[in-house]
This record gives sequence, structure tokens and C-alpha cells, in this order.
Amino acid sequence: MADKENYQVIIVHSAKYQTTYTKKYMNRKVWVEPNFNHINSYIPGTIIEVLVKEGQILEKGKSILLLEAMKMYNNVQMPFKGKIVKINVVKGQMVPKNFLMIEIEPVK
Amino acid sequence: MNLLPEINFLIKKTKSMSLKRNILDLRKRKDQVRLGGGEEAIEKQAAMGKLTARARILAIVDEGSFHEYDMFVEHAGTDFDMGKKVLAGDGVVIGTGTIYSSPVCLFAQDFTVAGGSLGLSHARKITKIMDHALKMRVPLIGINDSGGARIQEGVNSLAGYGEIFFRNTLSSGVIPQISVILGPCAGGAVYSPALTDFVFVVENISKMFITGPAVIKSVLGEDISMEALGGARVHAEITGNAHFFALSEKECFEQIKTLITYIPWNNTQKAKSFPPKEPKIKTKIENIVPIDARLPYDIREVIRSITDSSVFFEIMELFAANIVIGFGRMNGETVGFVANQPLVLAGVLDCDSSDKAARFIRYCNAFNIPIVTLEDMPGYLPGVDQEHAGVIRHGAKILYAYSEATVPKITVIIRKAYGGGYIAMNSRHLRADFVFAWPMAEIAVMGPEGAANIVFRKEIAEAEDPEAMRQQKIQEYKDKFANPYVAASKGYIDEVIEPQETRKILLHALQISANKDVPAPAKKHGLPPF
Repeated sequence: MADKENYQVIIVHSAKYQTTYTKKYMNRKVWVEPNFNHINSYIPGTIIEVLVKEGQILEKGKSILLLEAMKMYNNVQMPFKGKIVKINVVKGQMVPKNFLMIEIEPVK
Repeated sequence: MNLLPEINFLIKKTKSMSLKRNILDLRKRKDQVRLGGGEEAIEKQAAMGKLTARARILAIVDEGSFHEYDMFVEHAGTDFDMGKKVLAGDGVVIGTGTIYSSPVCLFAQDFTVAGGSLGLSHARKITKIMDHALKMRVPLIGINDSGGARIQEGVNSLAGYGEIFFRNTLSSGVIPQISVILGPCAGGAVYSPALTDFVFVVENISKMFITGPAVIKSVLGEDISMEALGGARVHAEITGNAHFFALSEKECFEQIKTLITYIPWNNTQKAKSFPPKEPKIKTKIENIVPIDARLPYDIREVIRSITDSSVFFEIMELFAANIVIGFGRMNGETVGFVANQPLVLAGVLDCDSSDKAARFIRYCNAFNIPIVTLEDMPGYLPGVDQEHAGVIRHGAKILYAYSEATVPKITVIIRKAYGGGYIAMNSRHLRADFVFAWPMAEIAVMGPEGAANIVFRKEIAEAEDPEAMRQQKIQEYKDKFANPYVAASKGYIDEVIEPQETRKILLHALQISANKDVPAPAKKHGLPPF
């Protein structure tokens, strides 16, 4: 347990409580607002095929790349009608989870 | 001539000779089985700091009390040349014994025999002793040390696991079930321990996971060691799968023996009584707790200052340490303690602490153990991670468990009892039998700081010196509501007590509640949010 000087603070209903943190609390995931213009890998895997080029405009639901993970081909699609702004992956590349693969922007 | 005496003599002689031979043969057969997978395999086991299956059982039970059954059972495999192989006892030891004279049924997987792998006969031996334990209404202790399913026996292995899980469920809440993880316990095998009441793990020896490091690496690219993935510390601290953590097998066995003294043989009995003892701690209980509700202290010191001999047997010490659970004795009888821990995360309720407390409350209720709740908590842990992790459904488990429990339920509010947390921590409204409060207790919708900000929002905003006004209003709120007397005036608290009276009053309340009997509406079973 921490020394008195090393106490940390938890705020509940505006009151500051001196206490200690658990490892799990310190390692908790801090929430970040999702950016819908980022296509991230939702699972680690290998890029089998990039099906689009930068500057291309695609309808919602069109395939943009194939990601192999857990022995399955995952067809990654456009979430809305938009333009491919930047491609950060190449065919054959292994990507970790939450890797920014492709940046897009909506097109009216 | 009478030949009878001579004939009788000859019969007697051959009889004793053959009996002796039979006994020698029996001993030889038993010794052969006791050798398990052979000396080499036993040495390997020892090199890992592990005892053999039989040595483990003998280290747990009273000396000379163990009887082993099904030593000569043979494995059921025929495919892949398995028919030619001899597996001593099919890799598992089953039997009965006593711990401090209390009967128990035990099984221990023998890693030296085919890696303790589970085939049909192995599983049948385990289910046999499980059936025995349930029939005889005595605790079951299972020692897991196994490479998993015996692949050569195919679906028969899976059938074996299923039959074990089914019996774990059937016995749940009828007899205490204890799992000891002393080696690998991977894949489907983990679900038997997960279904039991208490899981014991030992550092560097216990390993539990559904999917091992090799598969995780090949499909996800995540590189992790067995210890970091599912070692003893991980399960004691992060997952909450383990209830007791030890540094050696010896320490683990002592923990098991101690636990057995606190729990009854089955759900129709009470735990054993011990001679009453006064607490040993001499520190005054009120000196442990700072008056300022925002300062921390170790709630376990408060527990130790009220239990017999100041002994508190803590359960899940490392997991969700913001709530403390465990057994102590009051006047020689087992009591389950549930207490907020201001020293860790200010003692807030969150997903993990709710799960931890709820399961323990249900355990106490199932096995006729009265529950003493010590309350000092500011509310629920704020945060997106908590909300998204389902703090609503997890938090509901505490409410459910307390409401459902029919054993004696006594609460002592030490300092803070705010909001939903006040209701959850065995309040009068959830049918607590006795609710006591220390004079500095604050029972309110929230702490004075938060409440003043809301109630006097306008006054504070419009004041010339908002901060001075805020402090004034906080004080005003404190004087009016931050005390036990508002709740006491409505009968939500039975008695405001002096801290030093706590043990005496708890002993009295437990004495009064000893024959508590409350009817519950008939139902097949409730639907707790799990």
C-alpha cells in the first residue's frame, strides 16, 4: 500500500477522496471519440488486397480492402459514400488491432 | 484312522500361503499404480516445484485419513495404439479423507500419467467421487493438473468434461466445491473450476486460459507468455477467476485447510463453532477511522478489531480491492464480512467490486453464514469505461444478492453512505435485519460538495464571491444532512452507536438473529442479472 504522501485522488460527486489506485484502474482504456473518417483494423491480420486508389470516390457498401484474420477474409467496406483520401497499407502487410488503414471523407 | 486333522492342517497351510501371496500381489499392484507415470516423470514434476497427485492429497487431509478408490481402473482408449498403453489409474486419483476431522471427497489429476489428460475413464472416476460428495453431503476438493482433453479418445473426452460441469452445477449451493489449480488447466477444462465456489492458485505453477499463447500468436500476432496470459497473479488480480493466491503449494494447502474450518459441510448445516475469543488488537476502533470522510484508512483493521482473536480470513484479496470480503468469527461462529475499502479507489462500487461482493453474499446465503456489512463509500466509480463495461448490470448484482439473502444481515455505516451505494450496501430497504451507524455517519443522496453544487447552483453563481458562497452552502448542507439522524428519524437506521460498542452490538444482533426464518415466494429460481 502507498505511503501517506503517495495517496492518489478519486473524485466522486465533486468531493476529492485520498486513496490508492489499482493496477487495473490505472490501465483502464481512456475513451476517445471515434473518427468516422478513419478505417481502422478491428482485428489484427494481414492485408490480402487493397481494392481502391487514392482520390477514388465510392458508394456506401463498396469493398475497399480484404483483411485476413482468424483464417477468414474480412471484406472491409465503405461506411458511407466518400472519397479515398489516404491509403496507409500495402498488399501483404500485417497490421495490429486498431491500425489506421485508410482515411476517407464523405462526399455528398 | 482319522485323517481329518491332517487334511485340515494342509488346507490351512495352503490357504495362508495363498492369502499371503495374494496380499503381496495386491501390494505390488498398488505400488505400481502409486508410481504414476514413473520416476522420471515424478522428478520432472518435482523440478517444477510440484508435488505428485497423491502427495498433494496427503498434504491436505488429516494424517492416515485418506482412502483411495478406483486405483485399478483402466483407460478406455483403443484408437492410435492406445490399447497397448497402460496408464496408472488413468491419470487421476480419487478418494475420501478428513480435514480437521471434517469429511471431504477429493480428486487430483496426475500430470505424470499422460500429462493428466482427461479420457473417459479418468472423467468417470472424477464424476464417481463427485456423485459421492453430493450423496454424502460433504465438500468436494478437486486438484487440477492436466494437459486437457485426451485427443486420442476424441469426443469421449468432451463427454467427460460435460458430465463434470453438469455435476458442478448440480452440486452448486448444496456442498462446498473447491478447485485447486496446480498446473495447466486449459481450454474447456477451465470451466469446472469456474463453476465451483473457491479457486486456489499458486504463483508460477497455475496456468488457466481458454486459448493458449501459441494459438493467440498464430491468429492474432499477439506474443504473450503463459504466465502473463493466465498465470496465478493474473487470475488473482485481473480476471477475478481465482479466490486465493499462494506463493507455494504448501501455503496453498494451508489456505484450503483454513477455509474448510469456516464453512459447513453442506447447505443444511452451520459452520463448526469454535471457543469464543476476544479481539487481540488494542488500538481503539475510533482511532483507525479519520473523521474527515475524504481521508483513507484500511477497513480490514476495523474488521480485525471486532472479530474473535482479531483474525480475518480474506478472500480475493488482490482482485477489486476497493471492496473487502472474507470470513471471521464472532463469538466462535463464522461470519461473512463485506466492507468498502476507502484505502483503494476510495471504496467506490464498480463492475468488479459488485461481482466480487455479490457472489460472496450468495455464497454466505447458500451456506447459512450471517453477513456483516461495513459501509463507507462515496458512490459508484465514474467513467466511460465503467458505463460501457456495464456497471448497471454488474451493480445490480449486489442489490439482487442482498435482497435475496435470508441469512442474518447486519449493516454498520461507518462514515459515508451516499446515493445508490447506500441502498446497495444492505440497507434497511433491502431487508437488512439491523442497521447501525456511527455518529459521524453521513446518509445522504450524495456528499455535501456535490449536493451543494446542485441545490444552491443559483445562489453560488450569483454570489459576489462564488467560492466563499460554495463553502458556506457546503457547510449548511453538511450541518443539515451529513449525519445519521435524518435516516434515524425515519427508522432507516435502528441505532446510532458509539464506535467502541460495535463488537458488542454485533454479537447481540447475531445472537438475536440466530434462528431467523423468513419465508420467500415460491419460484423455480430467480433471474439475477448475470
